[in-house]
Amino acid sequence: MHSAPAAPAGKNNRRVGVALGGVVVGMVGLAFASVPLYQLFCQVTGYGGTTQTAETNPKGVIAREMKVSFDVNMDRALPWTVKAAAPVTDRIGQVDTVNYIATNHSDKPTTGQAIFNVTPEQAGIYFNKIECFCFTEQTLQPGETVEMPIVFFVDPDLADNPELNTIKEITLSYTFYASDSEGS
Amino acid sequence: MSEAHLEAHATGHDHVTHDHHTPTGWRRWLFSTNHKDIGIMYLVFAIIAGIVGGLLSGFMRMELQEPGIQIFHGLASMVYGLDGAASLDAGKQMFNVFTTAHALIMVFFMVMPATMGGFANYFAPLMIGAPDTAFPRINNIAFWLLPVAFILLLMSLFFEGAPGSTGFGGGWTVYPPLSTMGHPGPAMDFAILSLHVAGVSSILGAINLITTILNMRAPGMTIHKMPLFAWSVLVTGFLLLLALPVLAGAITMLLTDRNFGTQFFAPEGGGDPILFQHLFWFFGHPEVYIMILPGFGIVSHIVATFSRKPVFGYMAMAYAMVAIGFVGFVVWAHHMYTTGLSLDVQRYFVAATMVIAVPTGVKIFSWIATMWGGSITFRIPMLWAIGFIFLFTVGGVTGVVLANAAADRALHDTYYVVAHFHYVLSLGAVFSIFAGWYYWYPKMFGYMYSEFLGKLHFWTMFIGVNLIFFPQHFLGLAGMPRRYIDYPDAFTLWNRVSSIGYYVTFVAMVIFFYATWEASRKKRPAGDNPWGDGATTLEWTLSSPPPFHQFSTLPKIDSKNAH
Repeated sequence: MHSAPAAPAGKNNRRVGVALGGVVVGMVGLAFASVPLYQLFCQVTGYGGTTQTAETNPKGVIAREMKVSFDVNMDRALPWTVKAAAPVTDRIGQVDTVNYIATNHSDKPTTGQAIFNVTPEQAGIYFNKIECFCFTEQTLQPGETVEMPIVFFVDPDLADNPELNTIKEITLSYTFYASDSEGS
Repeated sequence: MSEAHLEAHATGHDHVTHDHHTPTGWRRWLFSTNHKDIGIMYLVFAIIAGIVGGLLSGFMRMELQEPGIQIFHGLASMVYGLDGAASLDAGKQMFNVFTTAHALIMVFFMVMPATMGGFANYFAPLMIGAPDTAFPRINNIAFWLLPVAFILLLMSLFFEGAPGSTGFGGGWTVYPPLSTMGHPGPAMDFAILSLHVAGVSSILGAINLITTILNMRAPGMTIHKMPLFAWSVLVTGFLLLLALPVLAGAITMLLTDRNFGTQFFAPEGGGDPILFQHLFWFFGHPEVYIMILPGFGIVSHIVATFSRKPVFGYMAMAYAMVAIGFVGFVVWAHHMYTTGLSLDVQRYFVAATMVIAVPTGVKIFSWIATMWGGSITFRIPMLWAIGFIFLFTVGGVTGVVLANAAADRALHDTYYVVAHFHYVLSLGAVFSIFAGWYYWYPKMFGYMYSEFLGKLHFWTMFIGVNLIFFPQHFLGLAGMPRRYIDYPDAFTLWNRVSSIGYYVTFVAMVIFFYATWEASRKKRPAGDNPWGDGATTLEWTLSSPPPFHQFSTLPKIDSKNAH
């Protein structure tokens, strides 16, 4: 518009406009940065029942007992049966080993992958896995049956969390999905 | 244009004719770079979208008037040519689609265009003594993106959404997995695209208005002498700038999850659907302040004008808006109490949410204090402004109830929530829009409307909307969930009352259109300032309607009470 005011505003306006545009670009960037940040946040805080990994239990065993139950859910596209491990009741801090048992019922090799979390969600930060089949793709031959071990312990620090005072049972739940390579 | 007229106070109604640069006919509107013309186009657009969105809710209220399915199977068989059980299923989905479309249209195509598009474009530059906005061409683009977005949204209604049905029915919150796996058809993609385009439009508009307000105030108008409406636009502009890109990011992730195999929100690929809710509400909560803050600005001027007093506590009023905007960004998870947040996180969000009641209370009490001891005249805009204060306070109080995580366990996703946000938006924001309309109508069009029709409109609408939404509190407390086409017989009474309220409101809207038509026919000249000494802001120093280009010579602000 050639009738704009003959003020020095023109250049200034462009500077402010560009700066504000920068804010917009920055916020879009933040929205996408939130994805890895959220994952990191979940891992660090156990938010949403995200479990922890450890090498050993350095904190020892306490007297309070905890029942740990196991649960499994299947993606319909994956022709497997998976049998969850039986519940374990043990003193908090004790390292236990359990096995999930998976069988491929189809006549071709199929690949599956499991995701997991625990309830109550606040217990995630205290649930440590030394060994598990988390997030690794597993291929089963036709008719093949495998044992999938989980070695875990519950961190004794759980006893210090008042939100979990009344908790006597933690459930670890796995959901098996057909891997994308199978074109589910 | 500087040679054309050097007077800031151009008078008379023949101003358009002696500016040889003034485009005419359709070019004046399509290519418009004039903030006032663009403002008018925004208002017309908002009215059209409001009619569409309002009719959609009418079908919903007719359906919910009785338990059972009354009309949607008929609608479905009319639109899709199905019958029997198929029409019943399609009808149920159609109800969900109507709910979704009603919300999206009212939020993005009615309230936002009316306040941040229409009134902000028209009056923010006038109030700060600017000749136009900072980027007039961007202003034009921002407006014309909006009809495009609206058409995309309307198109989405006619494409497949969930398998075997038409349109997207997952609510305006578009939560995955319902918006990803649940609606594989292109309807959702159209809706996403529509939101993208509408978002770009709003962001461009916000950049334009912020730059205008920061850079183009008349000499002497310091930021602390700026009228409160300009303050509200400034704050809202920043909210748009910070919130909308996050929505854009989130729905882009939805789009790629749907079409390009990414798994941002798909747990099987390590994603998390809850992350979408965080992103959505990081946008969604500021969005509700985006819808209401300009209304705060409008109401402040109206209350001051018709109390013949400067607004009480100007600085507190301005910074209350800043505070609301700021705190509005750190309370988002109060929409997510039932998603398994830890107790400490819930405690924080309860406390932070309650804090918002403080600056909001500052505003409500300052409006009342402005009226206190003033010489009040109950002209039409004042009725709407007082109606706004009353209704917004009711909605604010139920908001404080819902802020409590414990109470929210019971009330989450019930009609109590529906009643709450309609009291602050459908009643609050809409009443502020009508207040602005009746306050500035004589300025924008140069004519006065019928005082009787304006009053009739106000009272019919006030009774109607309260009849719709007050009973919904009872329904919510009794446990009626939102977003369902049907309900148990026990909820019949208050649903029927609510539906009757809709018909009353419908009559009110007919009165509104008649009043507008009547005003344009009777052509009662309004004069430069129909509201008397109380109207002190700069737009009242101009003719009605203002000249095509105003403030060729910038007005000097020296009065202490510019606001």
